[in-house]
Amino acid sequence: MFESLSKLLKEETPFALVTVIEGTNKGAKLLVQPLEKSLEGTLGNESLDRVAARDALGELAAGRSGVRHYGLHGEAREEAIQVFIESFAPPPQMLIFGAVDFTGALVKVAKVLGYRVTVCDAREIFATKKRFPQADEVVADWPNRLIDQVGYSLDTQDAICILTHDNKFDVPAVLASLKTKVGYIGVMGSRRTHEDRLERLKESGVSEKEITRLRSPIGMDLGARTPEETAISVVSEIIALRTKRPMHALKDTAGPIHG
Amino acid sequence: MREILGDLEKWRSAGKQIVIARVVDLEGSGPREPGASMAVNEDGEVAGSVSGGCVEGAVVSEALQIMESKDRRIVTFGYSDDEAFAVGLTCGGTIHLFLEPLDW
Repeated sequence: MFESLSKLLKEETPFALVTVIEGTNKGAKLLVQPLEKSLEGTLGNESLDRVAARDALGELAAGRSGVRHYGLHGEAREEAIQVFIESFAPPPQMLIFGAVDFTGALVKVAKVLGYRVTVCDAREIFATKKRFPQADEVVADWPNRLIDQVGYSLDTQDAICILTHDNKFDVPAVLASLKTKVGYIGVMGSRRTHEDRLERLKESGVSEKEITRLRSPIGMDLGARTPEETAISVVSEIIALRTKRPMHALKDTAGPIHG
Repeated sequence: MREILGDLEKWRSAGKQIVIARVVDLEGSGPREPGASMAVNEDGEVAGSVSGGCVEGAVVSEALQIMESKDRRIVTFGYSDDEAFAVGLTCGGTIHLFLEPLDW
């Protein structure tokens, strides 16, 4: 079974691995995939497999791993068998628009946090794998066109960082991002660029409610100076937003962005 | 398991015996979530981690025992333990690990 697990991890296919950790058949395993009807392995009998597979798909959808108890044949409210359901959801995605100074640093920090990172810039000479060797993908195209292609796959755990700070590129990128379910939309720019961008977005029909989804200017108010420090301020904001902890975000503070 | 996949594959292809430890449950505060894993091979080499470094040493000795006995079991480390284990989590939480040989 290890070969299957290794293959699915490399393909970034979502799956769950169920292991009996207490009771009959300790160590028995069941590998469950959302799009596959057939299961690999067995926990001991078909009815137990069926119940455990159902629960495993639920845990996988929620991105959780944890222990469940069943009777010998999957009965609820019994404790004869203890299983560990381990979810292997694909890594979260980060799309970075703009192949600028800050991009390389953000790619590095995002990789440390386990993101699958795509860099996109319409300018072919800047959007090269050589400039961003750690990125999983580098795309030379317009941001809005890339979002139109991959936007359906974005969800609350994913992030879009728009670093172009040029209204020609970032207004269409913001408009396209707002159509997705992505959890974080950060937009770089000075406070003046930000005000100007808000005007343009409103002219394009973006509502006040949609504007509250934007983290702009991007990042936490750390007084970051270098691209690396700015990257840390961006991911700090992403983490604090997810954990709903209080934060000094640049979007809520006033004064100079760089310390 | 994702983080230690490279090491696991390398050790497997070298024919090494391996024991995997996975965090399956957590009570109170703990540094790593269920699913965090580490592996130990027959040479005592270690990949991955299951805590902030508090219990890894003890996990290695448990793992080497399991390599001998070939059994699989839940091992618990925690502050609240009745002196059964000398090590615990400095953060005060309790973690339950499942240790087993990679024979599957």
